[in-house]
Amino acid sequence: MLATGVVGAVDPWIRWSWISGHLDVITAALLQHIQLTLIAVLVGLVIAVPLGLVAWRSRVFRGPIFSLTGILYTIPSLALFSALVPFTGFTVLTAEIGLVSYTLLILIRNIVVGLNSVPDEVREAARGMGYRPLAELMRVDLPLAIPAIVAGVRIATVTTIGLVTVTALIGEGGLGSLIYDGLLRDFKTPLVVGTVLSVALALVADLSLAAAERIFTPWSRARATA
Amino acid sequence: MNFANQVLQWFLNSAHWQGDGGIPHRTFEHLAMSGAAVLAAGLIALPVGIAIGHFGRGGILAINISNIGRAVPSFAVLVIAVELFGIGALPAFIALVALAIPPMVTNSYIGMREVDADVREAARGMGMRQLAVLWQVELPIALPLIMAGIRTSAVNVVATATLAALVAWGGLGRFIVDGFGLQDYPMMFAGAIMVAILSLIVEFSMAGVQRLATPAGLRPSTSIRKEEPIGTALDAAVAA
Repeated sequence: MLATGVVGAVDPWIRWSWISGHLDVITAALLQHIQLTLIAVLVGLVIAVPLGLVAWRSRVFRGPIFSLTGILYTIPSLALFSALVPFTGFTVLTAEIGLVSYTLLILIRNIVVGLNSVPDEVREAARGMGYRPLAELMRVDLPLAIPAIVAGVRIATVTTIGLVTVTALIGEGGLGSLIYDGLLRDFKTPLVVGTVLSVALALVADLSLAAAERIFTPWSRARATA
Repeated sequence: MNFANQVLQWFLNSAHWQGDGGIPHRTFEHLAMSGAAVLAAGLIALPVGIAIGHFGRGGILAINISNIGRAVPSFAVLVIAVELFGIGALPAFIALVALAIPPMVTNSYIGMREVDADVREAARGMGMRQLAVLWQVELPIALPLIMAGIRTSAVNVVATATLAALVAWGGLGRFIVDGFGLQDYPMMFAGAIMVAILSLIVEFSMAGVQRLATPAGLRPSTSIRKEEPIGTALDAAVAA
């Protein structure tokens, strides 16, 4: 409707009056974007951690786990979402199945790489000190794998924030719904708002995760300054 | 009987295999557009990345362009291109080129930087000139990572070309978007399957090309690529 109001006039990239009149819509889109991303990354982690441990421990399962998640990662998002629609409809579930699928390869690969990077001497020392396998995993292997795991979480989060915009086509979308709105009505302001906020969200999320990693791995900070 | 059968019937309908809107022509469009975009992006990105890597200046830019590229949604790039250039093939092409550039710059830069300084010095010590060092030493060693960047870009481009159907361009995404519009779910699902298969074919053939591009002396006996982390210096090679 708004587009018809500006026909004839040149549509500027930003129409501040639209923004001030639609703060509630923009806020809702941003919150939905954050929510869709958080659910996807958290569910992704819940699935990826056990699969990562299995892939790390078992050569037999490693190949199939990487192949399957690699295939999911390669399938274009629009194809994956639309292939799910006939079964799960235009729902949050459809969006999340797709989004979670894309996080798995990144998360699992980095978990395995992180665990593999723990030096054998460290592991042997832990065993020599009497650590049982589970204690060794929780208190030696996993903490030392944190940098690689967090690197994976950061990439998965930034990637997911970008992909959430595509879910606008199946009726979700967060900030993507603003971008889609801009396309449908040939009206630039929501497009610019959606794009800028999406990029800003990705950068803020990436920097926050980097900061969180520094807080939770004080030893690597000490080593870096030494 | 059920949905699977409807999809099968859609594929078996000979009308869907003919004309400008048929499967062969749409596949050709998809591949031609993707190929042109990767080629154009390569002509821009590879010289830049290789030069930055060779001269060792601007590395921060080369690394970060991929991270920034990842943060910008491809859907948004496409819609912005439409606002700038109208609908159809041109905005789709420009958006795809823009998306394909960052991984290629980063990977060709990393590939060049990864060349052992000792190897470079040995080449110079043997009397090779700068250009010879570049062509005969640095580039062959960097080639696998350069190819990895092209592969990442190619797979991204084939995926995003699907979205281009939203901005009134053709390609296989047409079946998905039209299926949506007409609520013809068998058509939409068939489109999704074709796009998925095409992407996997591109991914696997590019992986094959990447292996062939690796000089024999550098080929790992086991699959070391699998062990490389995402998110470290090499992340763009595997994940962008």
